[in-house]
Amino acid sequence: MDLIYLAISATFVNNILLAQYLGNCPFLGVSKKLETAMGMAAAIVFVTLLASIFTWSVFTFVLRPYDLEFLKTLSFILIIASLVQLVEIILKKKSRTLYNALGVYLPLITTNCAVMGVALLIAKKEMDFLSMLVFATTSAVGYGLALILFAGIRVRLQISAVPQSLQGTAIALVTAGIMALAFMGFQGMA
Amino acid sequence: MTTPVLLLVGIAFVAAVILGIAARIFHVDEDPRIEAVTNLLPGANCGGCGMAGCSASAEAMVKGELPVNACVVGGTETAEEIAAYLGYDVAGSEPTLACATCEGGYRAARKYNYSGMEDCRAALQLYHGYIRCENGCLGLGSCRKACQFGAITMNPESGLPEFDPERCVGCGSCVAACPKGIIKLVGDTTRILHWNQYTHCLSPCRQRCPAQINIPKYLAHARNGEYGAALMTVKDNNPLPVATGRVCPELCATECRRQIQDDPLAINAVKRFVADWERNSGERMQVSIAPDTGKKVAVIGAGPSGLTAAYYLRRLGHHVEIFEQMPKLGGMPLYGIPEYRLSEEQYKWDIDGVLELGVEAHTGVKLGRDFNIHALKAQGFDAIFLAIGLWQGRLLPFEGKELDGIYSGIDYLRRFHTDEELIKGKRFVIIGAGNVAMDCARSALRAGAEEVILTFRFSRDLMEANAHEIIDAENEGVIMRCLLSPVRFVGEDGKLTGIEVQEVTLKHNPGGLPDCIPVEGSNEIIPCDVVIQAVGQAAELKEIAEVDGLATTRYGTIDGKEETLETNIPGVFTGGDCFTGPRLLVEAVAGGRYAARSIHYYMTTGEIPPIEDRQREMVPQAMVDELINVSPVSTRAVKPVIPLEERMGGFREVEGTISEQQCLTEAQRCLNCGIYCYDQDDLPQSEIRPVGSCPNEPRIAEKEQSAKSD
Repeated sequence: MDLIYLAISATFVNNILLAQYLGNCPFLGVSKKLETAMGMAAAIVFVTLLASIFTWSVFTFVLRPYDLEFLKTLSFILIIASLVQLVEIILKKKSRTLYNALGVYLPLITTNCAVMGVALLIAKKEMDFLSMLVFATTSAVGYGLALILFAGIRVRLQISAVPQSLQGTAIALVTAGIMALAFMGFQGMA
Repeated sequence: MTTPVLLLVGIAFVAAVILGIAARIFHVDEDPRIEAVTNLLPGANCGGCGMAGCSASAEAMVKGELPVNACVVGGTETAEEIAAYLGYDVAGSEPTLACATCEGGYRAARKYNYSGMEDCRAALQLYHGYIRCENGCLGLGSCRKACQFGAITMNPESGLPEFDPERCVGCGSCVAACPKGIIKLVGDTTRILHWNQYTHCLSPCRQRCPAQINIPKYLAHARNGEYGAALMTVKDNNPLPVATGRVCPELCATECRRQIQDDPLAINAVKRFVADWERNSGERMQVSIAPDTGKKVAVIGAGPSGLTAAYYLRRLGHHVEIFEQMPKLGGMPLYGIPEYRLSEEQYKWDIDGVLELGVEAHTGVKLGRDFNIHALKAQGFDAIFLAIGLWQGRLLPFEGKELDGIYSGIDYLRRFHTDEELIKGKRFVIIGAGNVAMDCARSALRAGAEEVILTFRFSRDLMEANAHEIIDAENEGVIMRCLLSPVRFVGEDGKLTGIEVQEVTLKHNPGGLPDCIPVEGSNEIIPCDVVIQAVGQAAELKEIAEVDGLATTRYGTIDGKEETLETNIPGVFTGGDCFTGPRLLVEAVAGGRYAARSIHYYMTTGEIPPIEDRQREMVPQAMVDELINVSPVSTRAVKPVIPLEERMGGFREVEGTISEQQCLTEAQRCLNCGIYCYDQDDLPQSEIRPVGSCPNEPRIAEKEQSAKSD
């Protein structure tokens, strides 16, 4: 039951994008088209899950036993960066289709704050393995959800009358704010 | 203090080792060129080329799936570097530029006033846009906003987008942005392979021209004095402008909207002027040739159709060899059209234009006699184009047909251009009333005949020849006798002395030529020593059909598919007169280019895509019955003609070329029509003729409004 609560909380209530406002760059950058947003969402889910597993292991088995928690940010950056590289190399050899599908998005999220954020949150809350898995997956799904929804809106924004001074990123940020407000409706669900 | 440092160094070391090992184990054997090309690319990973990132794009470039100039960020420099690395000819990467196909702009009629947001896609949501024309540009500039390179500006005068060729990189983002599909990326290949579709904005003249020359465009160039650009526009569809400029009957002009209230444009006179402008300059305009494809095409017959196919196939990068049965290249226009209409010397300029591209020509070799299709294929020709024309003149099977002095029209005309002896006589009778008959009659007079009588089975209005040919022939002294049917040839000692004819009356026959009913007792013998029969032509197909199994029709032509011009033998195509029957030069040119399209697709992809919505009939909406707001200006481009007395006794050219001034004023008369729209004059209010039926009517109301708001 706790895990379900955790999942709902991570996906909707504490949506990593709209409630915590992490990972904004791709949120604004790749949300102009639905297709690219979907590609990005898939890559995010994939990388977040992998990164969380690795960082959780390092945190639980290395950092905490040696009282080196203060190093988590620095070491997580290292780990995530090399992990993404590794995944790219392996995918290229083993699964050409997945590699082509994720395409350019894989290296792009090497330094994504959402991935990092999830890893840090897991460390902060000192989750167990199962909760970590659920939390990482659902956070990433929540991110993808917000991204795809937002892309859908932006596609329509392109053909609607926007005052000159608000065109482009400005209206995108306003929209993102309103979306965040809408997501506040989930508050109290879990 | 040391522990954290050690830890971080440790993690970094482990990661490095793992990555290093992984790179070894999971090493993918990639074409080293991919990495090199990736390094040449700007690495922006923008996706502008349509690939997922620069390395994917590099891979596609190495495989040849993506042109080297696809990178929109890198531009020409990057393209040249990559091309140099990959060993392509840099010039070979064909530049494509965006261009709009709509001619309307503010001239187009409106359905309603639109004051919504400035975006074509949004405007289109409301009753499919406010422009009455289905194809018309909405002029709100979505393409301008889509262009990342600032290459598009909206012309405030016309309301149409203008493309800066210096800035356009051919990325296609405007093409994707235009909801009406007006913008196209156009390179030389696309222009050569282009055929009219119902979805295009086509002026009436463009719809009617068999070769589909972009007439408004070349007239626009001509009126700006850009004769070179005008000629290049013509050559996109017709490589024989000197010849066509002289003998084309101007089907285009029959559809010119100007003739609703004054004279049609002298379109062909302008073409002839720009063609002669190049010929007189002595320097040929350079055209692009695509890099070699390694494919070989044999073109049989160097007539207009064969020359045209050779010209375009060569420009598409194929190796072309022409095989011609006669000693000189040129085909029927050279051997069949008399010097006073088109001289050998003039036509040679067009022919040389084809040969100078690197087309090989063999003369004096005849398919069926000297070689066959099978042998050509064995020599490595990937495709064969049969454009052998109709070189067999039909002869009437009447009594006395073996008499000396009876010839076919082709036989008669050909001898003016070969070493054979001319056919001489005092009294000529010509049977038939097509252009060949007129050519024979007028040539006979020039060659010294005392009397030339032209007999025709039907009434004068059914004569097939161009109207001005008939008038010229009559002016020069040819006696026209209509409604006479030949019965038999009369002769003495094997020599022709006369022809017996019979008067006929016509009976209307729905759906065809009228029936001839002989009038009893009206027989008459016309004394003559030469009879020339211009009553039909056929192709010489017997040997080819026997040896190679080529399918023929019962009309003495080659059987082929109309859509692709393929014959029953794979890889063998046909076109021109030998496929269509006797037609105009410009139709043979059209057939040649159509065949070039089919052959190009056949050799490069193996499949010939059909042309969707191919325009065959005139577009009904374009048939405007009244021009409003256009002041009448009659034509001044009347070709200079030499007086009658100077024509006889020689083959001096009868019609001259118009002057530069005539060309400029004539081209200014062009209304620059689209489907509905055309240029209107700023006439004072009192002279505007109110007309209800004209689709351009709302334009007047709009003008008034804009005048008030100024």
